[in-house]
Amino acid sequence: MDTKPRSIELEEVSIRFSGDSGDGMQLTGTLFSNTAALFGNDLSTFPDYPSEIRAPQGTVGGVSGFQVHVGHSQINTPGDYADVLVAMNPAALKANTKWIKTGGTIILDKDNFDEKGFLKAGYTDNPLKAEKLDKFNVIDAPITSLTKEAIKDLGLDNKSAVRTKNMFALGMVFYLFNRTLDYTFDFFEIKFKKRPLIIEANKRVLQAGFNYAETIEALTPVIKVKQAEIEKGKYRTLNGNVATAWGLLVASEKVGKEIFVGSYPITPATGILEELSLRKDLGVKSFQAEDEIAGICSAIGASFTGSLAVTTTSGPGLSLKSEAIGLAVMTELPLVIVNVQRGGPSTGLPTKTEQADLLQVLYGRSGECPVPVLAASTPSDCFNYAYEAAKIALEHMTPVILLTDGFLGNGSEPWKIPSMADMPEINPPLIPEGIENFQPYARNNKTLVRGWAIPGKKGLEHRVGGLEKDAITGSVSHDPLNHQKMVETREGKVNRIVKDVPDLEVEGNVSGELLIIGWGSTYGHLLTAFRELEAEGKKISLAHFRYIRPLPKNTRKVLSKFKKIVVCELNLGQFANYLRMNFQEFEFKQYNKIQGLPFTVIELKEHFIKLLEE
Amino acid sequence: MAETEVKLTPKDFKSDQEVRWCPGCGDHAILTAIQRALPELEIKKENFVFVSGIGCSSRLPYYVDTFGFHGIHGRGSAISSGVKIANTRLSVWQMTGDGDALAIGGNHFIHTIRRNVDINIVLFNNEIYGLTKGQYSPTSQKGAVTHTSPYGTVEAPFHPGELAIGAQGKFFARTIDNNIKLSTEIFIEAGKHEGTSVIEILQNCVIYNDKTHGYLTDKEYKDDRQIILRHGEPMIFGKERDKGLILDGLKLKVVKIGEDGITEDDILVHKANENNPGVHTMLANMRYPNYPVAMGVIRNVQAPSYEASLETQIEKVKTQSKIKKMDDLFNSGTVWEVK
Repeated sequence: MDTKPRSIELEEVSIRFSGDSGDGMQLTGTLFSNTAALFGNDLSTFPDYPSEIRAPQGTVGGVSGFQVHVGHSQINTPGDYADVLVAMNPAALKANTKWIKTGGTIILDKDNFDEKGFLKAGYTDNPLKAEKLDKFNVIDAPITSLTKEAIKDLGLDNKSAVRTKNMFALGMVFYLFNRTLDYTFDFFEIKFKKRPLIIEANKRVLQAGFNYAETIEALTPVIKVKQAEIEKGKYRTLNGNVATAWGLLVASEKVGKEIFVGSYPITPATGILEELSLRKDLGVKSFQAEDEIAGICSAIGASFTGSLAVTTTSGPGLSLKSEAIGLAVMTELPLVIVNVQRGGPSTGLPTKTEQADLLQVLYGRSGECPVPVLAASTPSDCFNYAYEAAKIALEHMTPVILLTDGFLGNGSEPWKIPSMADMPEINPPLIPEGIENFQPYARNNKTLVRGWAIPGKKGLEHRVGGLEKDAITGSVSHDPLNHQKMVETREGKVNRIVKDVPDLEVEGNVSGELLIIGWGSTYGHLLTAFRELEAEGKKISLAHFRYIRPLPKNTRKVLSKFKKIVVCELNLGQFANYLRMNFQEFEFKQYNKIQGLPFTVIELKEHFIKLLEE
Repeated sequence: MAETEVKLTPKDFKSDQEVRWCPGCGDHAILTAIQRALPELEIKKENFVFVSGIGCSSRLPYYVDTFGFHGIHGRGSAISSGVKIANTRLSVWQMTGDGDALAIGGNHFIHTIRRNVDINIVLFNNEIYGLTKGQYSPTSQKGAVTHTSPYGTVEAPFHPGELAIGAQGKFFARTIDNNIKLSTEIFIEAGKHEGTSVIEILQNCVIYNDKTHGYLTDKEYKDDRQIILRHGEPMIFGKERDKGLILDGLKLKVVKIGEDGITEDDILVHKANENNPGVHTMLANMRYPNYPVAMGVIRNVQAPSYEASLETQIEKVKTQSKIKKMDDLFNSGTVWEVK
């Protein structure tokens, strides 16, 4: 097929699979992504699913989507607008039409485009007749009926037969992108190992979809995306939540301390708890607690006992953990707290992304309660920063908060497999048995870190707790001057971590007209917007923060080299305000979005151009 | 199996901290009983961890010279669960009160019991909030007049034994602060029990709820108003040891030996190890004046602890899995090479 004269080559392409939340769109998207990754494309994915597991069928609220962006150069985002949309019903079409590029292709299941379907989706008449679809290349295939036809002799019941229709759509997309079906066939063999009939049905339907697209080839040229030029090495795809879990696992192996994870399921963070629970083979002790508070408190207990302690959550869960984070600060015990942010406040938008927990993680506790904060910037970057969070926690005897979000946690991208040997060492300040004059709150003069004296070690018996401690003995103290000293010590201890924080890097020139500032998951979009504008000759640069507290020591220097600074974030300006507080001499402009969605490259570029022209 | 080569003494478990409970507080006697019980367990001192939440009872870890963790209000069970699961060799003791365990910490209390994590929960029950100076607690009697119930409470109290057994508790015992000998005996048995042990101690708050258990401690009547249960022995009580308990239909009944043809053989024999919680619940719920209040180990049933089951599962998965280290995990599943 590679020789087909009609095929065209694209630099990159975005595909959005969309249907009812029960239509298997997440799986369809994942199978396509894995096939593309195996072919050697760089890619980025973003699942977009409703918070109700089975929202009313056929309604816009129940639409589940999965967008994948593949290309032969570096792919940083799942793509703003899709080149191809697969819409399994009218609701999926309605929810996604605005996200399709003009001239893009829409594959839809004609069988579901009836009066009933239009009504449920909220269309007043047949959308296929509306003029607004003229700007797209619409392929209306009778997917449901062809699916049933392809497997009618297998004797499956109607429900099971119809359930395979997502594979028909996938087969069509494979044809469009000139991909082989091998990976998906293998997947069926493993997934349905004990159900040969289901394997056969899925294989046939997938092939039928592929063949159907080939048969109607007149409708669209076959699209080829070349292999990406990627650094040599071994790769796999990884989503942000799994990457976070793996980063922690690597830290555990490196330091030789078991992981204890105490967590309560919460969207979109649950994936981390699930992945860690799976890793009993690596000795993980996973504890699904009765609530968020028990999650963190059990982890604090395990930390006292000498484990690499972890608790994972999302915004509302972090609110519940606030008091216990204070306890971990007071007792100066290592703890990794992962907050996979979602739209808030309150229950908010559980399945959508947002960066509005920043001030909560920095300040949302009683008393003077400093905690280091890191923010991962891409799905695979979650691996590095989970490792870094564990390293800082263990070496500096402090809770550390790692911020990711729904976009990173569920998004995936190819990841170059590291070697354990390449990971930096982790050296916690363990107190050896038999030490003389042991004082639990004696500390290292340079780092202000106290020692870790673990139960079971003779002669190290001591008491910790939430009450203020005497600076040396750790006994309860209400002495006013001691309290001031301890508050300043805890603050100083966190501030001194700056020594381990790498300098802030500037992408592009280190001086110029406009510095774009971002943090966390907006990196891919900001980078793409920056590169495109830079290629157009604009004097623009990008500085993206991964260390929020402490801030990199060269931050002031970086900021001072630009005429304008714009802080872009998915909230009302929390990081901008934090920077204002720390660097009062600069003017920080803001670009904010709070829709539960990532930025689009297009809107960023438009805004930056406007700022440059002002 | 004994860990200690030379037997420790109660003195070994006294810390250098000044004990700050009110003079006459029942907590002093509880501390003494604990310091007497610990050496009998023959566990190394460094393998004890005392955990607590907030309240007068939660100060106790400061006074025992072991590893200690004074946590936050209500969360003692969660903290001690983490301690025990992370290192199963440790002997973990949680000090708590009626407010700490049953109000703010109620959720952790029942779930810890349900999981059967091997910790010893010592619940000081004085039916009042002492540290915050005299507000009613979840165990205050209905009608109790306190600073926050000046006209009497309108709430029904929790009964810790009923709650613990209802949450599938495998070990429940009750004692009273002034009976140091019985308390010591119970602590030793709880320490040896694998799984969550709940020990309710009827404790006197000399300042805010003085003599709330006075009807039980009164020398004149205490033998008639308390029954000390011992596994395998008939449930006999009374100053003259002439009263006993029998099962009358679906209820327990107090009878007098020698009356109505009742002999000692008719008296119920205490089986703490009976799996069915029916009689244990009834015993735990006995209240004066209709019944004597039960003391001693009411329920002591064997079952695998949470952490033992978890470790067994981990070992099994480790044996079966091909993934032994992170490099194996990195290279498992779909991996491709870019050359």
